[in-house]
Formats: sequence, structure tokens, C-alpha cells
Amino acid sequence: MNVLVYLVPLAVGLGLIGLFGFLWALRSGQYSDMDGAALRVLSDDDVEP
Amino acid sequence: MQMPETLDLSLYAKPAADGSFGMDLAIEGVSCGGCITKIENAVKRVPGVTEARLNFTNRRLHVAWQDDLVKPAQILETLETIGYHGYPFVPLRAEQEEAAQARRLTRCLAVAGFAAMNVMLLSVAVWSGNASDITPETRDFFHWASALIALPAAAYAGRPFFVSAFQALKARSLNMNVPISLGVVLALGMSVVETANHAADAYYDSALMLLFFLLVGRALEHALRRKTRAVAGNLAALKGDTAHRFVRDELVSVPVAALRAGDRVLVKPGERVPADGTIISGRSEIDESIVTGETARRRVDSGAAVYAGSMNYSGTPTLKVTAPGDAALIDEIEKLLEKAAGAKSRRLRLADRASRVYAPVVHATAALTAAGWLVAGASIHDAVVVAIAVLIITCPCALALAIPAVQVVASGAMFRRGIILNAGDAVERLAEADAVIFDKTGTLTLPDPRVVNAAEIDPDVLQMAARLALSSRHPLAVALAREAASRAPYDAAVEEPGQGVRAMIGGIEARLGSADFCADMQHGKSGSSAICFVYGDKRAIITISQSLRPDAAATVGALRAVGLEIHILSGDRNAAVRPVAEALGVTKWMGELKPAEKIAFIESLKADGRRVLMVGDGLNDAPSLAAAHVSLSPIAAADLTQAQADAVFLGERLGPVADAVKIARRARRLMTENLAFAAIYNAIAVPVAIAGLATPLIAAVAMSASSIGVTLNALRARA
Repeated sequence: MNVLVYLVPLAVGLGLIGLFGFLWALRSGQYSDMDGAALRVLSDDDVEP
Repeated sequence: MQMPETLDLSLYAKPAADGSFGMDLAIEGVSCGGCITKIENAVKRVPGVTEARLNFTNRRLHVAWQDDLVKPAQILETLETIGYHGYPFVPLRAEQEEAAQARRLTRCLAVAGFAAMNVMLLSVAVWSGNASDITPETRDFFHWASALIALPAAAYAGRPFFVSAFQALKARSLNMNVPISLGVVLALGMSVVETANHAADAYYDSALMLLFFLLVGRALEHALRRKTRAVAGNLAALKGDTAHRFVRDELVSVPVAALRAGDRVLVKPGERVPADGTIISGRSEIDESIVTGETARRRVDSGAAVYAGSMNYSGTPTLKVTAPGDAALIDEIEKLLEKAAGAKSRRLRLADRASRVYAPVVHATAALTAAGWLVAGASIHDAVVVAIAVLIITCPCALALAIPAVQVVASGAMFRRGIILNAGDAVERLAEADAVIFDKTGTLTLPDPRVVNAAEIDPDVLQMAARLALSSRHPLAVALAREAASRAPYDAAVEEPGQGVRAMIGGIEARLGSADFCADMQHGKSGSSAICFVYGDKRAIITISQSLRPDAAATVGALRAVGLEIHILSGDRNAAVRPVAEALGVTKWMGELKPAEKIAFIESLKADGRRVLMVGDGLNDAPSLAAAHVSLSPIAAADLTQAQADAVFLGERLGPVADAVKIARRARRLMTENLAFAAIYNAIAVPVAIAGLATPLIAAVAMSASSIGVTLNALRARA
């Protein structure tokens, strides 16, 4: 069972990476225009024909 | 002949830290994904613009540019050329604060969610271990790991509750955050003690689940409120208009919001008077039907007082502003919103009082429960666990949310349909209405005159006349010009003041104007105003008058269908009211009424036990609006009238009146449902918790589920 001593912190650490990823996305304004983001992804103006 | 005039929007341009300028615009007409790139690319092509970003969710464009290179008006023109209207706009103060608060809530929510999930995983391991063969060492390790996650997470994510509870306690009162905070702190504190004593159970999971679900509910409610505010802010921008202000001797177009008392303003023919003021030079005829309901024009001269919203007909008077009518329009809307949020409906006040009384009851119940269990011989540990469950489960969150959540969603739904609520309890009073009284002029009819005999005229001739009308600012011509499919005026069109316009089209002269001007045509039509058009041997007499709002008949029908009695009361002549009443199929109508007679009629309906909804716009309607049970008024109404109305609706359609009644009725039903649900929840959950049948975890889930249930039910008010 000693394996838990590092597996549990490892799991929590992975979770923390996800949490900080979310907080970063929030701070950089990726959640400020949810409807727009859904439509922008369909625009292909930035693709060379 | 029009003098070049600069549009001064500096009021809206905000300097940024790096020397650039930024401006926010509310954009009208954004409907699809294609609009986003179209607008952004067009604006970015304006030299000097460094950034253009359209927020599709709230239909706002943020533009940034380098100093001096760009005039804000250029951006508006650019938008205009690709077919969108942009309205510059100052973000409401409260809106910015709420945005910051929303970010804080979301961060707390993320932390609580992360911690709750991880602690739950550890707890499930402990529970299954307790049922089989977990070693005490492993269990302690899991508990300490949980504590390590839960304590900092709760300290961070619980702040919205702790801060509010602390403030309430400091003010020697109780709010619903006090039992929540107490429950969380007790559960965590006891868990640490239990863990130190190598006990089999800890309650980190309960505390975090409670915080997580409460934050979900709160973030949801907050998002609704913010959306409502964003729509309201856009409406405020859309309503803004421009005025021609003298700066020394030059004319500058400024937003009406920038006018101050003492400014000199030029009012051109066909424009609305931008603010209350006194005429200092020039003379004109003014149509004050919006202000007084009187359709005959008034001659005004130097020294005459004129009111915001009146239509200027013939002359070009200069005005000294006395009361900047829409001056603080943004503030005005902000105040309205504050009032709508602050002025609490009767039910809201009731719910408020209930939760104030309820909070001490929660604490007393929890304390008595703990005492009862101790007396019955339970251990201190068991007694405290039951008390925590009671504390959490009886928290009156669902009860406190039941009404405000519906209120917020319903007012949001109304905003989206162009209805701005003025009074806090307007929703409830609208739901109670069982009779509607409409004013005629400006309410059932459009505030601006329209061509009424378009069907009798050859479409090509009408188009030609309308295009020619583009070159004139006479109000009749402006009304006619609305029919023009092409917005390009004819070259070299000449306006003869007081007569009409003429232009050479394909080598033949076309004339539009008075009967004399158009080679002595006689129209002989009285009542409505007519304008003559002659082009070679083609002639037309175009009648322009007040016309019904396009969906007036449908709206009246919809109101009748939901059981409201329809009346029309007007100050106008009977001969003018009768056709309108007949067109709408309304049998109960009266004309030639004075304001006092309108009020007497409303009072007689009230005496019969009717709840009257009054819809009116004129200054003369203001007292009737106040006398009615609930009142609505179009946005073009006089300011005083708007101030009396419980709600104001925008646009050309009358539909918002029917929508408002429907939304209000649905909202009232949902409020009742929510209250009933919250009461039933407490009636069942409290005895269960007191009996010690609910662990703190079950209590947390049940209580949060009831709050979220109430909020989700409130969302149905949107449809």
C-alpha cells in the first residue's frame, strides 16, 4: 500500500494542473464570449484558399 | 446646402495606458457568425485601428486605435457602409463591478469543484475501506490528504459566504450566509479533531460539496443578472441620439447625452427637439403630439419653451438648453435598473422578511437539536454531527432564491423583448391586470407619420418620389423617404424652401412638394397631410398620416385571447378614433376625453374590481398612467410620462405589451411554484435532519439541490 504515498499526491498534482489551466483560460478572457467562440471556429477567413 | 459638420464622439473615447484610445459600441443587426468577421475586418481596415473585437454574446464591439489617427465617427461610418448601426456607449459602472465579481465567483467555483472532486475520491476509498479491510494508517493518510486539500480550498472558495456572514454579524444581524459559514467551519473543525483522534469518519467532503453547489447556484443567478444588465446597457446606447451643438460659431454633432444646461443647440427641420429649452432665435412650427397628444402644430418664436421629443417642422430654431432631457440617460437607465433591483416587489419583501425571521430559527433549531440529542444520551460527537446536518439542511436558501431568481429571469426576458421595467413590483402587477386601456396617438399609432396610400400609387412612381424626397428634410418628405428602396439621392436635386424639391431625372423634370409647386394640382384632402409629385405626365398625390403600429391588431387580439378587456381612450377627435377602433375590432372606445375624464373612467373600472393596465405615451396620459393599477409606455413618450410608467417598451411594434403580460403571468406562476417547492422541501427535510437520519453530506446535497432546483425552475420564465 506504500505506493499510495506518491500516487495520491500525483493524482492531486495532475488535478491541480487542470485547475490552473482553467484559471488561466478564465483570466485570458476565453469565457467572455461563449456564443461568439462557437461561431468563430466555423469561419475560414484565416485559411489560404 | 447642408453645411459640413463634424461628429464629436470624444465623450466615448477612453484613453488606455499605452497612449491608444478605446471605444465600446453596441451593434445593431448582428445575427450570424458571418457578421463577426465582416465587422471586425472592415473596422480593422480603417487606418490607425489596432484592435477590433466583437463580443457576439452581448453584441458589443471594442475598438482601439492610436491617438490622432482615427476619428471615432469614422468607425461609425465604416459600420454604416457595411450595413450595421453602431452606437457608442459608456459601460455602466455597476456592470464593470459585476463582471469582476463574476470572475471571482467563477474562480471560487473552480477551486471548490476541484477540491470537492478530489476529496470525494478519497472519501469513497475510505467508505469502501471501512466496509472491508482498510488499515487505520491508510485511513489516517487519506484523511490528512483530504484535510490538506479541503482546508485551503474552503478558505479560498468560501470567501463570498464568510465575508458576507462576517459583515452581517458585525452589524449584529443574521443573514443566510451565517448558518452556511457556521456549518462549513464546524464540519471542517470537527473533521480535523476526528482525524487527529484516528476516527473512522470525517466530513471534509460535506463541507466542500456544500460550497461547490452553493457556488453553482450563485454563479448561475449572477450570470442571469449580468446578462440582463448587458442588454439594458445596449438599449441605453440604442436610445441615444445626436444633437447639433454650437461650439463658438461652428456646429458640432454631439451625442444628446453630452448636452448640458446652457448649451446652444440648432434644431433642423424634421428633427426632434433634443432637450427641454427656450428658443433664442428663429421660429418654427412644432408638433408636440408626443408631449401633449395634440396633433395640431404650435407656432413657436423667440422666448418660447419647447420640450424634448417634440418634432420640429418648418424652421431651424436655435435653442438654449434648460434641462438636458436625456443628458444623463446612461445614469437614468442605471438608476432605473437600481430601482428595479432595489425596489422590491411585495412578494420579494415577504420572502426577505421570511428569511430574516428564518435565520435565527435555523440556529435555534440546530442548537436545540444538539441539546436534545445530548439529553437523550448521545455522545457530543453525534450531537454535533446532527446539529451540523440541521444547520445545513434548514438554511433558507431555496426560500430566499424562490422569488428573486424568477424576478431576474423575467426582467431579463422582458429586456430581450425591448421592455424596460421601471418599478420593482411591475411584474406582479402586470400579471394581475385584467383590462387594458390604450391611448391612440403615439401608442396604437406610430409616433412618426407614414405613407398611407402606397397601394393606390404606381410603385415606380412612388419609388421615384421617395428617392427625390431623400433630398429634403421636410417632415413629410422624411416620412416619404422611408419608402425609398435606394438610399442614394438624385444628383443636383434642388430644394425650394417651403415649396418642395425638384431634380432632372433622365432629362425630364421631377417635382415633389406642395400643390402649387407641382403645377397646381388639387388634392382637396383634409385631415391628413398630402404631398404632390409630378414627373412628365405622371402625377401622384401621396397621403401621409399617422398609421397604426404594424402589429397593433395582432397584439390586441393576443391580449383579448388571454382574457383581457380592451378599451381605447383618446383625447383626439371621435372621427379620428373611430377608424382605429374599428380596424382593431375594439367596441369600447371613447374620444375627445380630457385627462381628468380618462382618470374618472379608470377609477370607475377600478370600482368594479378591475385591475387596469394603462398603455399611453402623451404628457396628458401621465396622470392616467399613475392612476392605473399598472402602466406601460412606448420609449418615444415624453420623459415625464416614462417616469410615471411601470415599464417602457422600445421599437415600432406594439407586441411587447402582449409579451409583457404573458411573461409576467408566467413569472407569477413560477414564483408560486418556487415558494411551494421551498416550503415542501423544508417541511420534509427538517424533521429528517432533526431525527438524525441525514449525514452532513446528505444534508449538503439536499440543500444545494433544492437551491439549484429553484434557480433552474426560474429559468423557465425566459421562454
